Amino acid sequence: MRIRDFKTSYENDEAIWQTPVARAWMAALVAGLLAFPFVAGGYLVNLACLLGIHIIATAGLNIMTGYTGLISLGHAAFMGVGCYTAAYLAHRGVPFYLTIPAAGVAAATIGIIVGIPSLRIKGLYLAIATLATQFLLVFVFQEWTSVTGGASGTIVPAARIGDFVFNTDLRMFYPIWICAAILLLGARNLFRTRVGRAFIAIRDKDISAQVLGINLLRYKLSSFAIATFYAGVAGALLAYYYRAMSPEYFTLQLSIFYLAAIIVGGLGSTLGSILGAVFMTLLPELLRGIVASIALWAPRSLEILSPLQQAVFGLIIIVFLIFEPHGMADIWRRIRRFFHLWPFRA
Amino acid sequence: MAITTSFGSECQNGASQAGTGRHNLLQVDNLDLGFGSIKVLSDVSLRADAGAITAVIGPNGAGKTSLFNAISGFYRPSAGKVTFDGEDISHTSADARAERGLARTFQNVALFRGMSVLDNIKLGGHVRLRSNPISAMWYFGSAQREEMKLRQEVERDIIEFLEIDHIRHQSISALSYGLQRRVELARALAMQPKLLMLDEPVAGMNREETEDMARFILDIQEERGIPVLLIEHDMGLVMDISSHVVVLNFGKVIGGGTPDEVRANPEVVRAYLGSANTEKNS
Amino acid sequence: MSAAAFDWTAFIEFSIVGLLSGGLLALIALGFVLIYKGTGVINFAMGEFMMLGAYSFYTSNVVWRLPTPVSLLLAVVSVAACAALIERSVLRPLAGQPVISVLMATIGLSSALHGGIAAVFGGASYEMPQIIPRKAVIIGDLLIPGMIIWNFVLSAIIIALFLLYFRYSKTGIAMRAVANDPITAYVVGIDVRKTQRLIWMFAGVVGAIAGIVVASMNTISPALGYVALSVLAVIILGGLDSIAGAIVAGLLIGVAESLTAGYLGGKVRDIIPYAIVLAILLVRPYGLFGTRQIERL
Repeated sequence: MRIRDFKTSYENDEAIWQTPVARAWMAALVAGLLAFPFVAGGYLVNLACLLGIHIIATAGLNIMTGYTGLISLGHAAFMGVGCYTAAYLAHRGVPFYLTIPAAGVAAATIGIIVGIPSLRIKGLYLAIATLATQFLLVFVFQEWTSVTGGASGTIVPAARIGDFVFNTDLRMFYPIWICAAILLLGARNLFRTRVGRAFIAIRDKDISAQVLGINLLRYKLSSFAIATFYAGVAGALLAYYYRAMSPEYFTLQLSIFYLAAIIVGGLGSTLGSILGAVFMTLLPELLRGIVASIALWAPRSLEILSPLQQAVFGLIIIVFLIFEPHGMADIWRRIRRFFHLWPFRA
Repeated sequence: MAITTSFGSECQNGASQAGTGRHNLLQVDNLDLGFGSIKVLSDVSLRADAGAITAVIGPNGAGKTSLFNAISGFYRPSAGKVTFDGEDISHTSADARAERGLARTFQNVALFRGMSVLDNIKLGGHVRLRSNPISAMWYFGSAQREEMKLRQEVERDIIEFLEIDHIRHQSISALSYGLQRRVELARALAMQPKLLMLDEPVAGMNREETEDMARFILDIQEERGIPVLLIEHDMGLVMDISSHVVVLNFGKVIGGGTPDEVRANPEVVRAYLGSANTEKNS
Repeated sequence: MSAAAFDWTAFIEFSIVGLLSGGLLALIALGFVLIYKGTGVINFAMGEFMMLGAYSFYTSNVVWRLPTPVSLLLAVVSVAACAALIERSVLRPLAGQPVISVLMATIGLSSALHGGIAAVFGGASYEMPQIIPRKAVIIGDLLIPGMIIWNFVLSAIIIALFLLYFRYSKTGIAMRAVANDPITAYVVGIDVRKTQRLIWMFAGVVGAIAGIVVASMNTISPALGYVALSVLAVIILGGLDSIAGAIVAGLLIGVAESLTAGYLGGKVRDIIPYAIVLAILLVRPYGLFGTRQIERL
């Protein structure tokens, strides 16, 4: 039950973690995360690294699609841009703490180029434009062999600071999660300012937003640029994590994967980005486990893992859109609200 | 409400902001507007003066909201000119017009459902803030300062004034219609506009809510020095608070003047079939 | 001064082949435009309707060995039924939600159907029975594959039948009314729900036929689902809500694809529709015949 929850200053009212209890939980979480790789086994650390990368990509997509209402079907391709940019620069000796932001900027630049023609009109056109961009960029990844290594892919040198090389999962855990924390905080902060409010206004009633002084094209482009920046950073981290990349990774299926993540997690919610990423990281593992156990009697069933994943991603998109359109974040909010007054009823 | 002292200084700011004491703040000249073969406005001219409440009235479909949309910059007229504070804004975009101090509310409440009351109001302050995506994401520093400043201004000057402090964190969908309209007014005020355009501010309200709204509008004009241009069907409200009335019918101006002059104008009476003299009819 | 003269024969041949192939693109585009006009949504699952049609036909004709006309009928009817089911179970609950939600639902739908079909049938390609004559036609120096000609004829017939139905039949007029203005249609007494379901079923029929035809040109495999995505270029060029645009643009894009394939090879040909999409959005976003939206404040 929530008691003595009153604010005494506007700063307190506007803060992200408003009560001492919330701040304590957050501190505990940070401590837990810092210790995690030393306590958990290799498989879990692996999963956690992937989760961190997924969180960044999902948060970026949520800014654009969940908050601003612009659908992107090319998020995976922009991750690819970030990935290959980082790989290219890394091969030329640029340190990782420079290649990662550079990857983000590269992805955002392409995002702005694609956005300028397609954001002048209805959101539907952007969806189609990003779909086209997805296929075009993958084509570039496959054909521009001198830069990307073509269809056979490219190897990425490990990230390093001086003599310390980030060549294990445990070591990569920290750069990934530090980036995730910074970018998540950044995303949350956006919506405490006029920029974030403008994004939401554009989603809800873009004509009215205009009449309130919001330049639609400029803000839509900003939203798209931020989202693609996040995708680029996620892609760069992916490059340093896997140390090898090929164009096959960045497919339309992956773009749809991130769409599912924001829908399941909760459109327009930072917590939603986190929850959605967690769900979508665990779901393929769950499916793999199910198929593996079926494969014990029917060995050929291993082949259906990939299409099964595709089918399940599509189904959960539909199911959540119909039954829980505000996602898991809203479910969480409802649970919390119940406990605010418990044991009394609302 | 012990906030009249802060209002005093607001009022002075407002007066000096209203363009060096310019008299005709908004000037619409010979506006023509059509969609395809439908003529919505023909040769419409009107003036909204500083220090006044101007009302635009007319039967349904007369083109009043289209006139507002043309002034806001959303519809491009085929002929005519719109001058605001001495500047020709006929070719300026809608968002640029808002930056120059033109605020409005809408016939169908256009609040943003994804945000709380407080955030909606803060949105009105958009044009006065300066944060960009990078400073926003960082937040500490200039973005936080301007957000706090805005919050204080909004709380002091708007939320208390419009008596909506009890709902500031609520979501829009939970509010009654009357409260939603009040929040919309709050949002427009947050712009610190030079001219406030209200499209049917009391439509669908009961007597009590209408009187509250009338009081707010009068306070806005008298104490804050913000001139008001409003569209309304409630004749009681129009006659009580406006200093100047313009009558539209079928896209043309058929009369204008003080409320008494308009009430006596035979053309206007004919257009309304005698309802100009009656009390508010919902 | 170039030594080799421009090879006109090749150019003309590519162009004619392209024009004829465009008929099929126009047919698929018609499916998109129908749903867009009637319900305001782009059906990203169009390619999966095509897959459903092709795989249903394959199952009845090759696996169950039913005669070709029966298989065709079965395929078309089952896809129409699926489309109606989808409209009822996915689109209907989302009515009234913002367009972006419905869009994402069709994206989810395409993923679900694609995965489902690939899971059931596997990722391999199968040979489709030849239902379209392949004998080539030779005009002077030009060689036009028979398949291409018959595809064009078939598409043209279906489009024509469809246009006639749309124009003259009672249901067709109802569909046009709903496509134009659902609220007024409702007020006038048209059963908007039933009509919207019919629109989806028609799109399903169109998709099924197109799917069977495309599959029989090559082989049937899950990649079939991506053909429809390239048709998005057609509707962007033609205008999202224009049937005439779909036809004209279909032919034009057919020519563009054919010329690209001829001069630059198959890989470039595969992505040229997407390059065209971006180019059109830059220059003329509403397409050749699309209507510019006016929105009410």
